[in-house]
Amino acid sequence: MKQKIVSSLDAAVADIPHGARIMFGGFGGAGFPNNLIQALSRKGIQNVFAISNNCGTRDGELGIMFKNGQVKHVICSFPGPHSNHFQERYAKGQVTCELVPQGILCERMRAAAAGLLGFYTTVGVGTEVSAGKEERVINGKRCILESPIYGDFALIKAQKADELGNLTYRLAARNFNPIMAQAAKTTIVEVDEIVPVGSIPPENVITPAIFVHRIVQAKGMHYAG
Amino acid sequence: MPDKPRLTREQIAQRAAQELPDGAYVNLGWGIPNLISDYLPKGITVYFHSENGILGMGPRAKAGEEDSDLVDAMKVPVTVISGASFFNQADAHLMTRGGHLDVAALGGFQVSEKGDLANWKIPGSKGSGGIGGAMDIAAGARKLIVCMEHNTKEGAPKIVKQCTYPLTGIECTHTVVTDLAVIDVTQEGLELREVAPGWSAEEVQERTGAKLITRGSVPEMRFG
Repeated sequence: MKQKIVSSLDAAVADIPHGARIMFGGFGGAGFPNNLIQALSRKGIQNVFAISNNCGTRDGELGIMFKNGQVKHVICSFPGPHSNHFQERYAKGQVTCELVPQGILCERMRAAAAGLLGFYTTVGVGTEVSAGKEERVINGKRCILESPIYGDFALIKAQKADELGNLTYRLAARNFNPIMAQAAKTTIVEVDEIVPVGSIPPENVITPAIFVHRIVQAKGMHYAG
Repeated sequence: MPDKPRLTREQIAQRAAQELPDGAYVNLGWGIPNLISDYLPKGITVYFHSENGILGMGPRAKAGEEDSDLVDAMKVPVTVISGASFFNQADAHLMTRGGHLDVAALGGFQVSEKGDLANWKIPGSKGSGGIGGAMDIAAGARKLIVCMEHNTKEGAPKIVKQCTYPLTGIECTHTVVTDLAVIDVTQEGLELREVAPGWSAEEVQERTGAKLITRGSVPEMRFG
């Protein structure tokens, strides 16, 4: 059996290079891989190309990476009301940002995961997000061409992993995590609990093990933000 | 000229709540729409959708019973009702964009006479702005209700011939509920369906930046 369990958070992110394209799961304080983000920041990574729904909550979540100036570009849908470290860097031109409608962010990642090279959508037609994109009319509807978003790495949070990497999520902490797990070359998951193979009933698996490459157990870290 | 009293934000939400049919799947956006769940007409059940992957969202969690893994799109700890389900964010927006929800309600800065909506960014504002789920919801809602004040604080109309604010979506709004009126976007143009109590169709027209069509006398809003 391929050994996916990694003994420490630092070891789990040790080979992520400067400039990597990294997806970060989480939404609204739930399902953030906070321990992995801390480890990534701690190792002094630079020039990260981040893909994340938001841009941190004060020092929490991705906030620490913006605070330390470790992100050069971010694709996101909603930086958030407390993304002050991002906003300060953005105002100074130290980080650039592509805003993407939230569902289109999901679908662009799903396209990458599914081996699709793009899709047409009515979302964003006539708005700022259509700038520079091919527009055409399909079935009488104006639509724009959207491209896939790939990740070199995805850092995600799940509740439980078995030793193979089959994952379950708790309540609404699922959000972007299963999508990002599928769209990155290397997916690293932090979980509350690692269980033996076979102890998650197959019909309860949300993310199948094929999408998971490294598993690290970490105590949940929440930011009230 | 001191204006007559207008509806409160709560009354706008209360009037908008009457647009929800029994059994509807509904997404409520930030601002006034978020108040709608407090004013559901008696005897109906609706299933609230949240873009982070909840269908069947219940009331806000009681103090001491919050769970940080169970929050709504505004990060508020919530509950779920019997029959609820959880799913990922892509499926949540498949529901908004794919026309699976019956009704969506969003806040607004401007609505044009063709139903274009601007609600995510104020021109000249500092910072990056943020889109979130609004563009997916606007593009895919089977019925999109925009809830907003009829005029800005300075008195400028928010219902206009053409939006000057950055757009969220084009030709996406079906009904606007304001503190002065209920207006439907139709093929012929904006139709004034109801006015706030004490207001006339002419007075509402004077405070609107686009032509309002009326058919006979326009009734006053009722609140259930």
